[in-house]
Amino acid sequence: MAAALTNQLHALVNNMFATGLLDDQFQQLQMLQDSSAPDFVSEVVTLFCDDGERIIGELARQLDKPNVDFDRVDSFAHQLKGSSASVGAQQVKNTCIQFREFCQQRSRDGCLKTLDLVRTEFYDLRNKFQVMLQVLPNVLKIHLTLSIEFH
Amino acid sequence: MTVVDSESRFHVLAVDDSLIDRKLIEMLLKNSSYQVTTVDSGSKALEVLGLTDESDDSSSPSSSCPDHQEIDVNLIITDYCMPGMTGYDLLKRVKGSSSLKDIPVVIMSSENVPSRINRCLEDGAEEFFLKPVKLADMKKLKSHLLKSKQQHVAPQPQPQPDQQPEKPPRNPEDEEAAAEAIPDGIVSDCSCCSTSCSNKRKAATMEEQEGLSSPERTKPRLSSTTSSSLAVET
Repeated sequence: MAAALTNQLHALVNNMFATGLLDDQFQQLQMLQDSSAPDFVSEVVTLFCDDGERIIGELARQLDKPNVDFDRVDSFAHQLKGSSASVGAQQVKNTCIQFREFCQQRSRDGCLKTLDLVRTEFYDLRNKFQVMLQVLPNVLKIHLTLSIEFH
Repeated sequence: MTVVDSESRFHVLAVDDSLIDRKLIEMLLKNSSYQVTTVDSGSKALEVLGLTDESDDSSSPSSSCPDHQEIDVNLIITDYCMPGMTGYDLLKRVKGSSSLKDIPVVIMSSENVPSRINRCLEDGAEEFFLKPVKLADMKKLKSHLLKSKQQHVAPQPQPQPDQQPEKPPRNPEDEEAAAEAIPDGIVSDCSCCSTSCSNKRKAATMEEQEGLSSPERTKPRLSSTTSSSLAVET
């Protein structure tokens, strides 16, 4: 039973790497986790999920205003870019970079389109993280120990 | 916070306004067996270091803060982009303080802006790490920490004048970077902290380039190339 779950989790995480959702920074997090901090990865991932949701809400709010403060929008996009880079959320990070370009161009249209994209990508990633953390928490710890040998 | 066994473990003060990044840097430092204190702002960092926000002179433990603890810090690692006091501002405060100027300072930034990097290095930063900071970067800290331990003696006889923008004369390598003479008219080029900067980001700036997958991530010494065409967009 445990083996089947481990395989499923392994397949999920591998798929996330293969499709570019995650990059090697996530592996860095895995490598840092040890017995003295067994929940490090899940803590960081949870922080990212909560933070990301908050920022996306702020972005939507800011872009809804009649006069958009693009510097403010950019500052939020920068925050999300930073936290996604730190956890290895490559796809979201790259979309944030696009986002900032539209901010620089003062393009509300561009920003709104990119917001839609980042929202979709973020929630997709979050769902996958939640599978990792909630459905398979103990398996995750085993997987993290094993995956160091694979990568 | 207790100061324990200062001989056996180096104490690093990490400054970052992002909670995720604080967790990450804390883990990285602990993984390298350093004692870590994290704070979320430059002003809190100065408190920990024993400087009040006003003075740039060494304050005695019995200064205006009765609960103030003097903590022995061997290295400061700080994010560049922070609201209020940027990492660069913190660097200047530390280097301008007679009691703290010998503490090595490392700057981290998510943005690969050559003029920013050069300015930090010219003004006393030991290293500049591109975020996200990795385990491999931690190895670079050791030499700076060992150097600082040796320098940890009585204060210099000559008190430093007030914060001057001049580069410190100690490092001959800095002169190479200084030869750039980058005419940076603005105090802070940090677009992410636009709320704290009176100058808005330069329009259509070439400097805001993302050095994401650059293999030379933590190259502190940039040879004399132009400031705007270095990092490659990927």
